[in-house]
Amino acid sequence: MNLTTEELSQLYYRMLQARHFEETLEDLFHRRVLHGTTHLGIGQEAAGVGAAFAALKQGDLTILTHRGHNETIGLGADLTMLMGEMFGRSGGCSGGKGGSMHFIDLEHGNYGETGVVGGAYPLACGMAFTQQYNETGKAVLCVGGDGSVNEGNFHESLNLASVWKLPVVFFIENNLYSMSTPLEKEMNIINISDRSQSYGIPGITIDGNDVVEVYEIVRKALDYARSGEGPFLIEALTYRQCGHSKSDRQIYRSEQEVENWKKEDPIPRFAEYLIEHGLAEEGDLYRLERRAYEDVKVALAAAKEMPVPNDDSVYTDVYAE
Amino acid sequence: MNLQEMSYREALREAMREEMQRDPAVWLLGEDIGVYGGSFKVTLGLLDEFGERRVRETPISESAIIGTAAGSAMTGLRPVAEMMFSDFITLGMDALVNHAAKFRYMSNGQVQIPMVVRLPSGSGTGAGAQHSQSLEAWFCNVPGLKVCAPSTPAQAKGLLKSAIRDNNPVVFIEYKTLYDTRGLVPQEDNYIIPLEESYIERRGSDITVVSWGPALLETIKAVRMLAQEGISCEIINPLTLYPMDMDPIFESVKKTSRLVIVHDSQKTGGVGGEIAARVAENDCFNYLDSPIVRIGGLDTPVPVAENLERQMVPDAGVIADGIYTALGLD
Repeated sequence: MNLTTEELSQLYYRMLQARHFEETLEDLFHRRVLHGTTHLGIGQEAAGVGAAFAALKQGDLTILTHRGHNETIGLGADLTMLMGEMFGRSGGCSGGKGGSMHFIDLEHGNYGETGVVGGAYPLACGMAFTQQYNETGKAVLCVGGDGSVNEGNFHESLNLASVWKLPVVFFIENNLYSMSTPLEKEMNIINISDRSQSYGIPGITIDGNDVVEVYEIVRKALDYARSGEGPFLIEALTYRQCGHSKSDRQIYRSEQEVENWKKEDPIPRFAEYLIEHGLAEEGDLYRLERRAYEDVKVALAAAKEMPVPNDDSVYTDVYAE
Repeated sequence: MNLQEMSYREALREAMREEMQRDPAVWLLGEDIGVYGGSFKVTLGLLDEFGERRVRETPISESAIIGTAAGSAMTGLRPVAEMMFSDFITLGMDALVNHAAKFRYMSNGQVQIPMVVRLPSGSGTGAGAQHSQSLEAWFCNVPGLKVCAPSTPAQAKGLLKSAIRDNNPVVFIEYKTLYDTRGLVPQEDNYIIPLEESYIERRGSDITVVSWGPALLETIKAVRMLAQEGISCEIINPLTLYPMDMDPIFESVKKTSRLVIVHDSQKTGGVGGEIAARVAENDCFNYLDSPIVRIGGLDTPVPVAENLERQMVPDAGVIADGIYTALGLD
């Protein structure tokens, strides 16, 4: 394994930060405290945080979907900045102009989320083209969801990336539903990764609830892409334990199914793994969980104190100078 | 001034060549833009000159072309993307409108998207309804985009150079029927035409005519004809259609008290309507001696048969009639 004990703790800690952040948002929306909407990734932390951690470690660039909080936190974003954005405050990561679907954190190579399904794929090609053009030695991690692989952008972008041998990894979090529609109603193949064959690139399906596997595979794929071999397609099988967005009553799936997947919850699984392999003590993990919980609490309090954006800022940054 | 005569097509090519020489971040992408030189031969020879690293032929994937351009712009390059025909930008609209035009604002100014999308536009070539549209009005409704429309070779070069240097996504409307038109083009290194500055093509005192594209050439014909009758027209070419520099138009209307707007793209929902509205809601309204006249393309798809297609866009006769109407002479 390519991770130190310290990094494993960090990974666990960020998964918990992400979980508490998302649960806090869920609660705030239930209580109608927040304006707008959100797309939570509860249950998908191993995929999101694991992949992000691999990109971060190598200084690579990322671009995300509308469900991109896990990755953003996995890359190390400041939670106060993110919570401020949820509250539409001036200290938010986008000054209150972006919201939940447009988190961005350039300091950690995160070029942001896009709210249009599939919209990130061609942008990722362009970001990867810049790396190839300038010979930076960096690669791009492009995160997508299973719902986006039937968009034309998926096909156009994977094909272009393959033809141009762009250093980009397409990482698809397959949570089995695009909003309410199960995968089998949207495609006639079992594995999304099989589509890699159409583009002449490697593809693999992995356990997206095993954070160590996710990290290792994404790291290798990014190295493959940066070596000049071209793009790589990864499908990470996972499950969204929460609704699609704030208005989802989840009538399209059984409670039993959700309960079964909760047994595969990536966070307790990772905790067990760490303890079984003697990589952490229960007390350590408890302390990390408390710390993550406190982080979110502090971020929430700080966000509420932030001023709202200046009214005039509605006009700024429509254009660059 | 060092001037050289060349075609609109050559002027565009010269603009790209000079900007590629000046800035290593500039690169080109599009369908068949390499050996073939693009569907209208605008990029002919640039592959030989700059190589495959900077002149990239793409699969027929318009969304990927525009999105790739935007992603590369977001990370520091300056792409110039060609759509084979302007009509095909419909396939790249998500990347252009939802992404290129929005990322700066959504990120509170943390990123910029310096890119150009070149659109060979307009009717007059018998190419039919899917290869002949002038879609400029669509883009003039998208904050975050800029829209340019040069009418002469000198304007083509000067505006394209500015568009490439601009730090925003610029939709660059080129007219297929103008590619072969010729004119004198400045050769100085520092020659550019700034964006968002309207240009007074011809001074006059009786009436203001705002026009661009092939319609401007017809307008000039009409105005020359009317000059023989002693009618003095002032012609203003906005050059940048969005955001538009309205002040010269306001000043001119206050002087002449009459306004005609002429464009090839369809009249309904066209850019001319916005100009008319701005003048009408401004104190210019009080200076108007007659209703504003808008002359635009027909509100139909573009047909192929020559006699039908010819009716699509206003010619000098139609424009002269419009000017007579505004002058109360019909």
